[in-house]
Parts: sequence; C-alpha cells; structure tokens
Amino acid sequence: MSRNRAARRDPGFAFVGPFLLIYCAVLIAPMLHGMWLSLHVVDIWGDGRFAGLANYGRLLADPTFGQSLVNTFAVTLMVVPILTGIALALALALNRASRGAAVLRGIFFSSAVLSVTIVTLIWRFILAPDAGLLGEAAQAIGAEPIPFLSSPDLALWALAITTIWWSIGLPMLLFLAGLQQVPADLYEAAALDRASRWRTLLSITLPSLKRTTILVVMLQTAAQLQLFGQAQLLTAGGPSGASRTVVLFMNEVAFGRWELGYAQAAAEVLFAIILVVTLTQYWLTGRAGEGEGGR
Amino acid sequence: MAADAVAARTRLPLPAAIALGIGAAIMLAPLLWTLALSFKENAALVGNSGAALTPPWTLENYGAILGNGQTLRWLFNSLIVSAGTTLGVLILTSLAGYGFARLEFRGRRALFLFVLMGLAIPGQAVILSQHQLFAWANLHNSYPGLILPGLTTSFGVFFMTQYMRAIPRELDEAALLDGASHWRIFTRIILPLTVPAQSTLAVFTFLGSWNDYWWPLISVTRSEMYTLTVGLAAAQMNYAQTSGLGFLMAQAVFASLPIFIVYLIFQKQIIAAMAGTALK
Repeated sequence: MSRNRAARRDPGFAFVGPFLLIYCAVLIAPMLHGMWLSLHVVDIWGDGRFAGLANYGRLLADPTFGQSLVNTFAVTLMVVPILTGIALALALALNRASRGAAVLRGIFFSSAVLSVTIVTLIWRFILAPDAGLLGEAAQAIGAEPIPFLSSPDLALWALAITTIWWSIGLPMLLFLAGLQQVPADLYEAAALDRASRWRTLLSITLPSLKRTTILVVMLQTAAQLQLFGQAQLLTAGGPSGASRTVVLFMNEVAFGRWELGYAQAAAEVLFAIILVVTLTQYWLTGRAGEGEGGR
Repeated sequence: MAADAVAARTRLPLPAAIALGIGAAIMLAPLLWTLALSFKENAALVGNSGAALTPPWTLENYGAILGNGQTLRWLFNSLIVSAGTTLGVLILTSLAGYGFARLEFRGRRALFLFVLMGLAIPGQAVILSQHQLFAWANLHNSYPGLILPGLTTSFGVFFMTQYMRAIPRELDEAALLDGASHWRIFTRIILPLTVPAQSTLAVFTFLGSWNDYWWPLISVTRSEMYTLTVGLAAAQMNYAQTSGLGFLMAQAVFASLPIFIVYLIFQKQIIAAMAGTALK
C-alpha cells in the first residue's frame, strides 16, 4: 500500500512541473530580478551599480513622474465610473432573450476584439480637429471643432473616450453573467408582492450585483492603471506631457533613455498601487459575500 | 434564465430604447467609417475625408496589401505567435490542472498558492526585467521570445484546476484500480471532458495574444518579425495626415478580419464562459 502511495505521489510533479518551470523562469525570476534592478543604476549593457533607494528618491523628486502618476489616476477616475455605469445599464437593458437584444449585445462587444493599434488609428482620425470625423461634423453644423488631441485639458478625455468605446464589452458581459445568477425565487417573491419594476431593481437586482460590481471596478481599475497603448499611439503623451501615463513614462525611460533601474523603480511603485487595489478587492468581496448569507 | 423571463415580460421604455439606439450608432459609426475609408482611392481623401461616403469605391487598397509582403508577413507572425501561445497555454495548464486537481503529492497546496500568487503580478511590473533577461538569453526577435511570456498564466491554471476538480472522482477511480496510468487517465478520460473549458481558455488566450502590444513592441526590433499590431503601429506612426489614409484603414480592416472571424465563431462560447465561470 505504501509503495502504491509513493507511486501515486510522483506523477503529481510530472504534471505540474512543466508549468512551474516556465512560471518560475518567465514570471517569478523577472519579478525578483525587477526588485533587484530597481535598487541599481543600470543601463542595458552594464551590470549595474548598487544604488539603494536612490531610484525611488529620484522618482519622488521627478515632476515628470509625478505628472504621469496624476494623469494615470485621473484617467482611471474618468474611465472606471462611466464604464461601470454604462456597462450596468446596457446589461440591464439587454438581458432578454429577444433577437434584437442578442444583436445589440454583439454590437456593444464588437470593439473589444480590436487591438489597441486599430482602435487608436480609428479614433485618432475621428478626433483629429482638422480632417477628422468630428471636425467634419462640426463644420457641417457651423461649429468650431473640439481640439481633443492638441489641448492639454482635453487630451486625457480623448484617452478616456477611446478607452470607454474600446472596452465596454467585457464589463457588460460580466454584468450579464451576474444577472443570470440572481436567484429566480427573489423575483417570484417580488412579483407576488406586486413590487414595481423600479422597486425590484433597487431591492433585488442591484444588491445581487454587488460582487459583480466590485469585480468590474477592480478589474477595470487595474487595467486603467496600466494604460499604455492609447497614450502612446493617440497623443504620444502630449501635449507637453498632459496625457503621459506611468507605463508610458516607464517605456520612455527604459527604451528611450535606457535607464532600466530607474524605469523599474516606477514599475515597482505601480505594482504596489495595483497590489493595494487587488487586496482591497479581496477584502471587499469577502465582506460582500458575508452580507449575502454565505453565498 | 429567471432574470430573462422577468425582463422579457416587460418591454423596454421608449427613452431607454432610444438611448440604446444612439449607443449602438456610436459603437458602429467608427467601424463603418473605417470600412468606407478603406474602399476609397487615397487621392480622393486628401483634405476631404467626407468623400468616403460617396462612390466611386475601389479595391485598390486591398490589392496593395496583398502586393505588400510586409503586411502578409506580419499576419503570418501574428498567427504563429497567437496559435503557439494558445497551444502552449492549453498544454501547460491542463497538465498542471490535472496535477493540482486530481493528484496528491507533497507540497501540492503550497505550490498551488505559489501559482495563484501570479494573479497579483501585473505584466507591466515585470516586463522590463523580462526584456533584460530575454536579451541575455538572446531570445528577442524570435518566435519563442514572443510566445514565452504569454505562457505564464496563473489564471489558466486556476481555471483548469477548478474545472477538473468538478469532474466526479468515480470516473477515474475505477480506471486507477484497473492499473491505468495517470497519463492514460488524463488523456483518455479527463481531457475529453474539459473541451468546453479548453475552448474558452483558447479563445481568450488567442484574443489576448493577437492584440498584445507592448511586449512585441519592445521585444522585436526587426520589422520582418513584427506582429500585425506592432507593424500597423509603425505604419501609423509614419503616416502623414494627408496621404495613404485609405490604405492605412484597409490594413486595419484586414488585420481585424481574422479576429472577427474567431469572435463570430465563438460568440456563444464567450458569453457562456463569462456566465459560467467568471463569478464562481
């Protein structure tokens, strides 16, 4: 029997081994190496010189980094509430079996399959004040076109609008999935009580979607904190840094100036922020779960 | 289902229906505009993009793509990288899922937690040191270099483990008593039962890999190794506002086609997957 057990023990490693090997080599090792890197002054060719927390101190004093951090938070605050609200409204409206609803679900999800390159290509053209779609439309009604891409006040909104258009599909699907899991007996009880639609929405549907809402908000927050492609391709971070995000800052420092250690320190700061967001999510979903009687 | 029944009984109020219509138009207009531009002669678009809405239209831009070896090469690279990543993820995660879900071994729980830890590590936090380590390993500008980072999916392992845990034990215990090897049980009994999970994971991995931008952007420096995403970005950077707009849009449409086809085929799968697994 014990020999049999031993034989059953070994294959476990054989099955999980290949993944673990790649996982350690391609994710864990770079993570540890990254922490080491952030404590060194490194360029791509040299081995680096230990610098302690100097990179982090430099970040604190670097107005460009500060600006990119503010921009990143700002765009996150613009995108996440609007995206969550629209996605929830769409899911409530489209959670029905009709053919029309199915087609509309497909339409609202369609942009999500495009790559960031194509999304920004389309929107750069739409938002360009002189020759773009919005510009032409403004001319047609005799108005001044809005200079989305060239005004420091509006550049972040250009990123936000593009991002919302691009990424509405996934949160909508998550909310639709959440709606499918609302227990049917709750609705039956409400119907028996002759509760109004509005009442049913407020007392049953929305509370049941609490976990989904937290999930959507946290996934989107983590995603927007890492916003890169739109900022690089749509506005190149400009005008004068008004739409430079943290990841764009990292990219410029690492691959424009080859200061890898300094860029990695910025990465660690971003990592810490996202980690806090993620842990908050676990904490909140845990509490939301308690509130629902063990579901 | 119940929510469906309740919702279906009541019709959408008119203001909500109008808002939906406007929303759908906002979603579609940019795509239709892109499509219209892609069929216009570039010269006709100079300074007048409104021309897209009226004939004549032409296939010249699409012809130019087929005559341009670079775009086809990028398409080929994207296909290799996305298919390779997807296949790799499916193999690695189903093996690991079987190990974690159905085998006992020392340290199983700790190792599983160790893998879950990866869920909290955002790609952007490790990408710079990945870039440096891959440079030392001489992996840049190569297919393995493009594929490897996509294989470390903690979510995939978690997903397959959960799915395989739900398969009844009785199915393989009999086979085990008959002396079947784990490899045999894995390939003959468990794998066929996980086809829905495999295809879900495949769709999301393929989409993610196809649309990945930052890693191929920094890992590849030679234009013949560009993926479509990066190649088009390079073309976009070079594009002067006034010329080649139709050609650029045709490239965008062309690059989106494979992914739209995947999406159309797996539409139901995507929605079912979200409903079935995302929230449990």
